[in-house]
Amino acid sequence: MNARVVVLAAGVALLAGVPLAATLAGQPYYIDLIRRVMVFAIAAASLNLILGYGGLVSFGHAAYLGVGGYAVGIFAFYGVHNGWLQWSVAIAASALVALVIGAISVRTRGIYFIMITLAFTQMLYFLAVSLEEYGGDDGMRLKVKSQFSGLIDLDNPVAFYYLVLVLLLGVVYLVHRLVNSRFGLVLRAAKSNEARSRAVGFSPYAYRLVAFVIAGAICGLAGALLANHTAYIAPAFMEWTRSGEIMFMVILGGMGTAPGPALGAFALLLVEDLLAGWTQHWQVILGPLLIMSVLFFRRGLAGLLPRGGDDG
Amino acid sequence: MNLILVFEQLLNGVQFGVMLFLMAAGLTLVFGIMNLVNLAHGSLYMVGAYLMVAAAQWTGSYLAGVALGLLGTLGVGMLTEVIALRTLYERDHLDQVLATFGLILFFNELVAIVWGRTALYTSLPAWLQGHLEIIPGSIYPVYRAVVIGVGLAVGAALWYVVARTRLGMLIRAGASNRTMVAALGVNIRLLYTVVFGFGAALAGLAGLMAGPIYAVQPGMGELILIQVFVVIVIGGIGSIRGALVGALVVGIVDTLGRAFLKPLLGHFISPPAAEAAGPALASMLIYLLMAVVLAVRPEGLFPAKSG
Amino acid sequence: MAEAILEVRGLRKSFGALAATDGVNLDLREGETHAIIGPNGAGKTTLISQLAGNLRPDGGSIFFAGEDVTRLSAPQRAQRGFARSFQITSVYRDFSALDNVALAVQAHAGHSFRFWRPARAERALRDPARAVLEEVGLAARAGVLAANLAHGEQRQLEVAMALATRPRLLLLDEPVAGMGQEESQRMVRFLAGLKGRRSILLVEHDMDAVFTLADRISVLVYGRIIASGAPAEVRANPEVRRAYLGEEA
Repeated sequence: MNARVVVLAAGVALLAGVPLAATLAGQPYYIDLIRRVMVFAIAAASLNLILGYGGLVSFGHAAYLGVGGYAVGIFAFYGVHNGWLQWSVAIAASALVALVIGAISVRTRGIYFIMITLAFTQMLYFLAVSLEEYGGDDGMRLKVKSQFSGLIDLDNPVAFYYLVLVLLLGVVYLVHRLVNSRFGLVLRAAKSNEARSRAVGFSPYAYRLVAFVIAGAICGLAGALLANHTAYIAPAFMEWTRSGEIMFMVILGGMGTAPGPALGAFALLLVEDLLAGWTQHWQVILGPLLIMSVLFFRRGLAGLLPRGGDDG
Repeated sequence: MNLILVFEQLLNGVQFGVMLFLMAAGLTLVFGIMNLVNLAHGSLYMVGAYLMVAAAQWTGSYLAGVALGLLGTLGVGMLTEVIALRTLYERDHLDQVLATFGLILFFNELVAIVWGRTALYTSLPAWLQGHLEIIPGSIYPVYRAVVIGVGLAVGAALWYVVARTRLGMLIRAGASNRTMVAALGVNIRLLYTVVFGFGAALAGLAGLMAGPIYAVQPGMGELILIQVFVVIVIGGIGSIRGALVGALVVGIVDTLGRAFLKPLLGHFISPPAAEAAGPALASMLIYLLMAVVLAVRPEGLFPAKSG
Repeated sequence: MAEAILEVRGLRKSFGALAATDGVNLDLREGETHAIIGPNGAGKTTLISQLAGNLRPDGGSIFFAGEDVTRLSAPQRAQRGFARSFQITSVYRDFSALDNVALAVQAHAGHSFRFWRPARAERALRDPARAVLEEVGLAARAGVLAANLAHGEQRQLEVAMALATRPRLLLLDEPVAGMGQEESQRMVRFLAGLKGRRSILLVEHDMDAVFTLADRISVLVYGRIIASGAPAEVRANPEVRRAYLGEEA
């Protein structure tokens, strides 16, 4: 058995064991904390597809957390609590928004792309702020969580936890299949050497756009999960600093690797949680830590794992 | 619609545009010459505002505040360049984005530690208060008129330096061929630090001028920075002219949009709908404009020939 | 009479006041190996870029198998059977040699909007890729990361990728550039083996390679073709000698 697979399986087992351990230790807070980390891991996994594997430095990925979250929130606002409907719309709406933003942005490269994705997300942020009906700047509470016709009760923290875990594993597996498919190889090839890809006959634009849409859709799901987790939806879901955080999760965990996003989400959020426990001014410490990680720790955490297959 | 009101809002738009221009010029200079994406440019704007307010309160003199604010930002900028940014020149844009993002967190929190999170307000000296009658019947704040004047003057000076002086020549040469300039014996490191300081000073100037008009608080830099990005995308990166045109366009469109979109919409759709849609659309206006420009000219309106 | 697979008529490209391509007429017959030579600064790179679709000409036209491709992009030309190798090695450094060639095969094996099946398991892609690697002599290095291949092997990989697309026209930009004596000779022998079976437009500095491989040679000087014909003719042409050797012909 591959050493890497063993380590990853152990990680999954650990995650699966958290609710039991936390309950036994009388610390149910950890179920919430790790669940939150896993929701962000899903968002990071979606960004990893376009950033880690595709080389698209999207600084606006938090937009889809917002679209997904508001989809749930707005439905709930009007008394529609059907989770199947809410979450389907969350995903579809995010895909649509990604399609529109992507169609304009993916044509550009380099610094333009970074600035444009950031700008569009800011635009959505302002849009959300201006929607007084849905709480404006303060946002709105989610009084009733998404209902799934009795199949699962999201008010049960442990059940919700396992749902997120299963979805995380599903998303990681989905991304894994995607990046090794014909589609994924073209995406990765275009990142590796664009001129060569064009010479061989590939036009990267279409592939990048599709990847952008898929990533947006998955992040929309994360948004729906986040809304249910925090029982609150606010424009802050789409704050530009959020986009930066998700990017850091991808980098810290290891770009273009399967376990990277989860590792990165854990690392960043747990460090934040730890620092926040010490001082309310934790960002003054986090900032330099992040700078140093970029300067000295570029490979990311996944680079510390035993070697595995081609795509990591 | 009151023409005088339109005129005043137009001037406000120019004033906002001028500040965007100062920021955009600094950012585009640094990117054009050093190929550095500096997200912390907004932090320098914030530092300029804070230092000016603090220095003005400490010395009791507005002008001393301005001078110290400017010098202080220059110092902070160059210090940051030497300590944190030097290693980033060889790194790719992603690394630069991430590292300067870390700088933003650091600066925002540092400022919050020293001055707290509530917005600071500063008062203007008597000679900057009051109003001018630029066209008969209008009253326009003296301060804002001064901001426009200063901004345009700096723009002219910038153009002069870049187009007509030896330093400007080095800057333009450095932008198009770094290794060549270094091979000619020019101290590239020093040049970079100077250019960065230049950019920092521009941001600081914009910040200290913004102080009396906008709220001075942590995070103020990022709000304007994202708008500066829109300016650069519309104007085209690497060119001062693009920065000016882009800045004025964005400044005017944004200001006029916020002032007149709601009443304008009210002519076409029902007032309550306009009430809701107006502000929403107004805040999205410059981004929609950016999308349109991108659709038509992906490189921006005046892209510099890339080096 | 062999068909002209490539026809270039009156191609022009200027950068400011400099006419890098100054009314170039060129053609390549099917099955022919046509070499383009010229002193440094003649404009070979600019010409190649325009032929490959990376640079828009200011004027003139390029016909590929009778079709006007002047306005087509590089990927579009590649899809029509146009393959090129780069002067400065341009392979997928973080992929294995086999992956590199398989990607070239994939570009011409139906669409790539398949999202689930691992491409590395597709026999239809791997088998032809292996065959091409075998042809160029890299079969033993199939699993090696391209970045870890020797320079000469990377050049071979370049050619392999071009061949894998089963092109109708091969544009080889200095295939033996930077290769040692033995490696060059091996590459030239390989390319000689392709003669007649492929239409090759070869840009080269290495005169041994050129005279071994070329059926026809065109000489590019300051953006214009000053001579074109059989190797012996061109070698003896006084203008050509002047262009290469200066005044003392």
